[in-house]
Amino acid sequence: MESVECIVVGGGLAGLSAAYGLAEAGLEVMVLERGDYSGAKNVTGGRLYVKPIRGFYPELWDEAPFERPVARELVTMMADGAHTTVEIASDRFLEGGPQSYTVVRAKLDQWLADKVMEKGAMVVPNMKVDELLRKDGRVIGIRAGGDEIGADVVVVAEGVLRLLSSAAGLAAQPQPRHHALGYKEVIELPAGVIEDRWHLNPGEGAAQLFMGDCTRGMMGGAFLYTNKESIALGMVVGMEDMRRRRDGTESWQLLDAFKELPQIRPLIAGGTAAEYSAHAVPEGGITQVPRLAGDGYVVAGDTAGLSFNALVTVRGMDFAVASGYYAAEAIKKAKAAGDCSAAGLASYEQSLRSSFVLRDLETARNIPGVMENPRLFTHYPAAVGRLLESVYTVGEQPQAGLVKKAWNGVRRDFLSLATLRDAWSMRKI
Amino acid sequence: MNIDAKLGLDVFKLDKEPHIVIDTEVCRTQCDDEACLYVCPADLYERDDQGRMTVNWEGCLECGTCLLCCDRRALSWAYPHGPFGVQYRMS
Repeated sequence: MESVECIVVGGGLAGLSAAYGLAEAGLEVMVLERGDYSGAKNVTGGRLYVKPIRGFYPELWDEAPFERPVARELVTMMADGAHTTVEIASDRFLEGGPQSYTVVRAKLDQWLADKVMEKGAMVVPNMKVDELLRKDGRVIGIRAGGDEIGADVVVVAEGVLRLLSSAAGLAAQPQPRHHALGYKEVIELPAGVIEDRWHLNPGEGAAQLFMGDCTRGMMGGAFLYTNKESIALGMVVGMEDMRRRRDGTESWQLLDAFKELPQIRPLIAGGTAAEYSAHAVPEGGITQVPRLAGDGYVVAGDTAGLSFNALVTVRGMDFAVASGYYAAEAIKKAKAAGDCSAAGLASYEQSLRSSFVLRDLETARNIPGVMENPRLFTHYPAAVGRLLESVYTVGEQPQAGLVKKAWNGVRRDFLSLATLRDAWSMRKI
Repeated sequence: MNIDAKLGLDVFKLDKEPHIVIDTEVCRTQCDDEACLYVCPADLYERDDQGRMTVNWEGCLECGTCLLCCDRRALSWAYPHGPFGVQYRMS
């Protein structure tokens, strides 16, 4: 069997980040990517928070092909026929370098793959890995098509579905209750139209999340990110809720119904749909993180379950880059010591534990449980909308005073045992 | 916008072999909720004239939702080989 020092399964952000560090250190690296190019099989909402990863490979990020730095954050609470939007335009989102950028994976990942090749790694497209080869419990290489290739270390960055790692017994099979379906349309709009519609300075971007009626009570919400000359408009819906639903609602129809709302139509008017994509999203949090390293392998990115949805901040790509970076660091050490066993690679998990990756996931430990509360996606967004709608309404009859209207809304929708219980359950998020 | 028009936006490279194979006997005898019919974001699952479950795998977005949601394990599901399947350009 032919062999190389390191094989990276999957040329996404986690795999490429690992390959970059390994190649930079002069190790022999082969990245196997099943798409026509890196990014061809990847889907983000999406936005990348760059502050946490700027310290890794600092020479890279200033020239990355990002779309727009996010200057405006919007969250819209949807009641039946009434949307309430909170919009935050903070100087701090951009000061000292933007904290986040909208991204298109086909562009970003291809660019990073080029950088990885410049460092001397091989990135092989159109190469689907069929199996992780094991011998006496140790991962010794991969099988792709008819070929077997050996490696001292395999970086398993195969993505969220864990087809290879679960078959090899390295990670649990993904369960619907720990995942969501994310899907979106990319709709082309001229840059100037995007900037006018979201009140943006030239080149700046917006991120808008929608909670409430759009998921018909299922866990999840809708999102909108502004790219340079397109917007990504999509939804994320919890798979377990979707699977249990038996009223004939089809997942893809939710997005069409959302697009038809009178509040949404003007946002996309004149746009041309250009792509439709879907991907599974790991949302199980830290309890679903598998063993991160073993004899001859490490697990990184979505395969390692490194992502979370904290309602207003949704993260994963920053964890992917960080896990790739720390994987490379650990492998360099293991190679130098001539020990690529679980013990030799143990610094990988230690680094992730002391970094923001597992610390932020630990902080978010209780979020997946809280998100199983359907009132978060039904009652509260609707109640906020009803309350503000009543305050802003002038009808034919004499009006109640402002405070009385507000108080009526609060009493009707927020002063209940159920709300107290929900507040109590949310104290730890 | 109907689902065929949405899928028509995407670049697909078609394999000759399906990458999803359904054990229709499992569907017929063990499944009563048929989650695949409504969870798939590409709407690829349907029943044929004889009532057997089928999948139009050619339009697969490779998200894996059907695989995760099929708790009867009726699906043999792999990513398409080498150069095949959906190739996203703008996502």
